[in-house]
Amino acid sequence: MKKNTWKAFTAWVNGTAEESRPLRREAGQSAHEKHPLFHLNEEMRVRLFRWEYRAVALIVCLTVVAVLLFTVFHLPLFGEPNNPAVNEVVERYVEKGLEETGAVNMVSGMILDYRAFDTFGESSVLFLAVTSVMMLLLRDEKNISAEEDIQEAHERIIEKEASDRILQKVVSLVMPCIFLFGIYVVLNGHISPGGGFSGGAIMGAGLILYGSAFGTDKVREIFTMKTFRRITSSALLCYAASKAYSFYTGANGLPTGIPLGTPGAIFSSGLILVLDICVGMVVACTMYGFYVLFARGEI
Amino acid sequence: MQPIYYNIPFVCIFLCMVGGITMPLQKNGQTALRTTVAVCLAVALLCGGLAGILYAREESFVYQMGHFPAPWGNELYVGPLEAMLTAVFALVMAMSILGGRQTFMEDVLPPKQRFYFTMMCMILASLLALSFTNDIFTGYVFIEISTLAACAIVMARDTEKTIAATIRYLVISLLGSGLFLIGLALLYCVTGHLLMPQLLTRVQLLSLAGGYHVPLTVVCGLLAIGMGIKSAMFPFYAWLPQAHGGATTSSSAVLSGLVLKGYIIFLIRIFYRVFSISVVRSLSIMDILFVFGIAGMLLGSVMAMREEHIKRMLAYSSIAQIGYIFMGIGLGTDAGIVAAFFQILSHAVTKPLLFLSAGRLSEIRHHEKSLYRLRGTARSDRLAGVGFTLGGLSMIGIPLLTGFTAKFFFAEAAVVGGLRMWAAILALAVSSVLNALYYIPAIIAIWSRPAEEYEELRTPNRGFAVAAVVLMAGVVLLGTAAGPVLRVIRMGLSML
Repeated sequence: MKKNTWKAFTAWVNGTAEESRPLRREAGQSAHEKHPLFHLNEEMRVRLFRWEYRAVALIVCLTVVAVLLFTVFHLPLFGEPNNPAVNEVVERYVEKGLEETGAVNMVSGMILDYRAFDTFGESSVLFLAVTSVMMLLLRDEKNISAEEDIQEAHERIIEKEASDRILQKVVSLVMPCIFLFGIYVVLNGHISPGGGFSGGAIMGAGLILYGSAFGTDKVREIFTMKTFRRITSSALLCYAASKAYSFYTGANGLPTGIPLGTPGAIFSSGLILVLDICVGMVVACTMYGFYVLFARGEI
Repeated sequence: MQPIYYNIPFVCIFLCMVGGITMPLQKNGQTALRTTVAVCLAVALLCGGLAGILYAREESFVYQMGHFPAPWGNELYVGPLEAMLTAVFALVMAMSILGGRQTFMEDVLPPKQRFYFTMMCMILASLLALSFTNDIFTGYVFIEISTLAACAIVMARDTEKTIAATIRYLVISLLGSGLFLIGLALLYCVTGHLLMPQLLTRVQLLSLAGGYHVPLTVVCGLLAIGMGIKSAMFPFYAWLPQAHGGATTSSSAVLSGLVLKGYIIFLIRIFYRVFSISVVRSLSIMDILFVFGIAGMLLGSVMAMREEHIKRMLAYSSIAQIGYIFMGIGLGTDAGIVAAFFQILSHAVTKPLLFLSAGRLSEIRHHEKSLYRLRGTARSDRLAGVGFTLGGLSMIGIPLLTGFTAKFFFAEAAVVGGLRMWAAILALAVSSVLNALYYIPAIIAIWSRPAEEYEELRTPNRGFAVAAVVLMAGVVLLGTAAGPVLRVIRMGLSML
């Protein structure tokens, strides 16, 4: 064994080792070629099906569950008034939130003013997610074959000819309401429960409903790839610009010059309204983007 | 009014993020590439300047992100160490993009090239934010950004193998984020804070009073393991070779050289700024990291020896090098952490050099990857050959190169007496020999005459030439003039 290893090693240094090896590998591969998991490499294939791995996985999971349960018993009880989490942080958010951010909806004040940097990160996560999906699924010569194209064309024809009348009528009645409600939730994010994330989700769901009733071609009349890209990028840029201004002034102790307005009015609470709109646009576009990319591979 | 240079970290983070957001609007991949390189170089310059100023003034500062002070709003904390690390990271990222440009243009289809640079900008933003943030939840958000972007740059090549590797990477990486998030939730539950300085005081009060000992131990373990999974600490490395070995050259260089390090830096910052190093030592997390580190150092190299695919060999070598870092952290002394930081820098310069050179070598042989078929390529492109040789020798630990200096610092830090010293020094010696056992044959292979004639691509690659020269200069500079770097690391660590 030792001698073999040494021999293999010297052969490898001399460059004679691989002459035989690739051949052996190719021969080994051809036997598996029809297997659906052929494209996974050998090591992975072995690991997927060996029972030892399942046993180990089970043991690891049970240990983690046990450790976490054990920890939970040592945590402070939920909702006790003297918990560590009830401290000056929460107190100021609750008591001074309205006065300092101008937002009646405390949550909006918290995520879009006190901790706006985190929310910028979160919106970027959405943007990144939809960009990654575009990278993966947008049609190109690598991921679509000619057969799939033909099949796709057939599906489109069927979609056009056998469209669902009832669904279309209902959708055309419901759509305006969904959109109005979505816009209402976004614009009132600082006054009532809701905000960019939830309002955006409503509008995105509306677009998806419209797309599935009338076909994505119909949506493309008003909402193309170009508009999609422009809306997401400009909404995030607007967020970045307004927050950069607010961070810069805040850190350097300068006045912002943005009035907070009277709490409860629609134009109040400074930048929160703008940020809510930006987040709402990003969320709506992302949701519809996911749907249409997974369904069709293009926007 | 605070000094104007206090704004640099915030400006850098926003520059990267805005850059990333505008990339899909760029005209084509070529312009997106240029913009990204410009952004990286600008960040490198700004952070380098900041490091110089902070080092000269011996100061570190807290930057308030918005109008609300510490326990209510987000904050950044920047010292000379963080500024230096990010400057090097940004420079290496610019070089990685330049050096892998030609292969990238062939690997990724033109309409999708712009999106790739969104990911690159966001990775740089997340590296900056992970190094600067003073708020662990902001850290978590940027860990998410980094995870998604890292998966996307593996996937960019869009072959069956890279897709399989991406799925694996995504699942394991999200497991890591999940554990980290659970840890964060538990920590918030027992302390009620998210900002590091406030957490530090609370944790110290708790450890003095002996309250919530179990949750604190579990939190520390969850955070360490979560970050360990994402940075390929020894038993959690399985995702790395396929992902790093299969991706396009620039991605491999960035993933191996930089992305893994962001998580480690964040973990060290949590150890110092949330738990304080004395509390962490008392929780025996260090012993676990030490053992995992040593196991990684040895087994990573053993696995690399068995590999014939040049990029996968380099990927396995990354596992070994990450092992060094965790070994240094596991020593538990300040000297160990200093050595770990030096290793982070050293590996961040050397591994991209190796990946770019290997990428260039396989590019001139029409993307052959097996070492056997790369024989003699160094004769066709001497610069790539020299780059690979220099990087390999540095990994083995030849004096005057940065790998040697890092190993020297580890050995010096290991002289603490007892079992740890012997284990660490023995592991260093053995792993150096193991490194030599696969790097030297690879170096011999690329310089020796091929057994058969190959048709070769002879077009020059200026982007690669620039990147190789800059990174080689980095390898030699870090190896010969480590003194100032070491002083910055020591100063930064004492301020953490």
